[in-house]
Amino acid sequence: MSQELLEKMAQSIIDGDADLAAELARQAIAEGLDPLFVITNGYVPGINKVGEAFGAGEAFLPELVMAGEAMKAAVVVLEPELLRKGSERKTLGKVVMATVEGDIHEIGKSLVSTMLSAAGFTVYDMGVDNPSDKIIEKALEVDADIIGLSALLTTTMIRQKEVIDKLDARGLRKKIKVMVGGAPVTREWVQKIEADGYSEDAIGAVAVAKKLMGIEA
Amino acid sequence: MHTVLKGKSKDVIIGPDKPFVIIGEKINPTGNKKLAAALTEGNYPLALTLAQRQIAWGADVLDVNVGVPDLDEVTAIRSLVALLAEQVDLPLCIDSNSPQVLEAGLSVAPGKPLVNSVSAEERSLNAILPIVKDRNAAVIGLTISESGIPKTAEERLALAEKILERAAQKGIPAEDVIIDPVVMTVGSDSKAALVTLQTIELLRREFGVNISLGASNVSFGLPDRHTANQVFLAMAIQAGATCAITDPIKLGQTVRAADLMLGKDDFAMRYIKYFRAAEKRRQEEQLAQSAKP
Repeated sequence: MSQELLEKMAQSIIDGDADLAAELARQAIAEGLDPLFVITNGYVPGINKVGEAFGAGEAFLPELVMAGEAMKAAVVVLEPELLRKGSERKTLGKVVMATVEGDIHEIGKSLVSTMLSAAGFTVYDMGVDNPSDKIIEKALEVDADIIGLSALLTTTMIRQKEVIDKLDARGLRKKIKVMVGGAPVTREWVQKIEADGYSEDAIGAVAVAKKLMGIEA
Repeated sequence: MHTVLKGKSKDVIIGPDKPFVIIGEKINPTGNKKLAAALTEGNYPLALTLAQRQIAWGADVLDVNVGVPDLDEVTAIRSLVALLAEQVDLPLCIDSNSPQVLEAGLSVAPGKPLVNSVSAEERSLNAILPIVKDRNAAVIGLTISESGIPKTAEERLALAEKILERAAQKGIPAEDVIIDPVVMTVGSDSKAALVTLQTIELLRREFGVNISLGASNVSFGLPDRHTANQVFLAMAIQAGATCAITDPIKLGQTVRAADLMLGKDDFAMRYIKYFRAAEKRRQEEQLAQSAKP
């Protein structure tokens, strides 16, 4: 197994070079490398590094977006091979991600989706402005383990509570965990609405989701 | 086209032939924990201080937002706006997406206030426009529909047209509708600012309405946001924006520079006056800071 290739893969993500990331993925397939292995040990360390630098204020949003695009480009190449080998990447859990009703803020929610996907979660990103019932229906449809709710307005945060209350009313609270985030969300709010998890940023969100799944971070 | 806003004793005219109008954004508890705590306790001196500081730094209108989770915003906005109506000469801009909060704020606002905001979504048009009309206020119209924020300038223009038409049907004239063509960050889409600039130009050409911006959004996720914000604001003013909800302390001088470049400041008097006053205030604020134990 070529350590050099894995390092190149990580670097292609750090550089946000989608073409190179895809090229290296094709190379890995040609060399008969296990696609799952190269995702986990090549590309994921790259995106984690960008995510950490972003969290520390050393990398900036466009770099994180580019890294996410490069990650996607590599996975697109590797996916058919994964399926062919029947060694589909074992998911850490299924997460439905949504910005709540009345709120059209997209960026934070999409970053969390990218980081969760990279870490090995199966993510269903519903986009913005989602009514609570629609989110719950989606979670039931895909048999989700976690619902992630983004709200960026004090007037829409209440929808996070609404989703939790509706899950409660339907007896789904134990089955589906809820993690919340967004600029106005505070720890006090999280405690008050009894959400299961909260993170201030996208990197933290991965650790929170792992914890909710009972996985050591 | 002129939009006239009225405060207790001061009128502000927004228009393409007038100096650019700054709607001070700082009375907003999102991201300001001290203000959030004060509003929750029903303490308003901090908000009043923010009002006075923004006025000193050149705000023309003051945006008032009391969005704190779990706070009775109807009561809070009524109390705060009533206080500001007493203490402040400028027109106020009542900021909420809740019709009840807007109504409460408008009921005690002086003169002719501004409402922030209505969108092109049916539920918003139906809820907000009657409130604006009842109070004879002006309103900011965001080019957002049920399916989100359009990617192209043409689609945003069509949403502006819808807002203007629906306002007209309710008896709100075009001069009382200020269109906000929505600013997204270039941090996640490098064409985001360009689309907004193109929309501004189309709006100016097609409708001649006043145009507002939430200008600081443009640099989210970037380093050195101040430089990006200054440049974008100047370009937007050149394209035809006539007011912005922004931070007068950070961008007051930039706005005056833009006005000067566009021939709206004879002998650069506003630019120079602002500079002198800002120097003085900076010294005063530093002194006040160092006097603190």
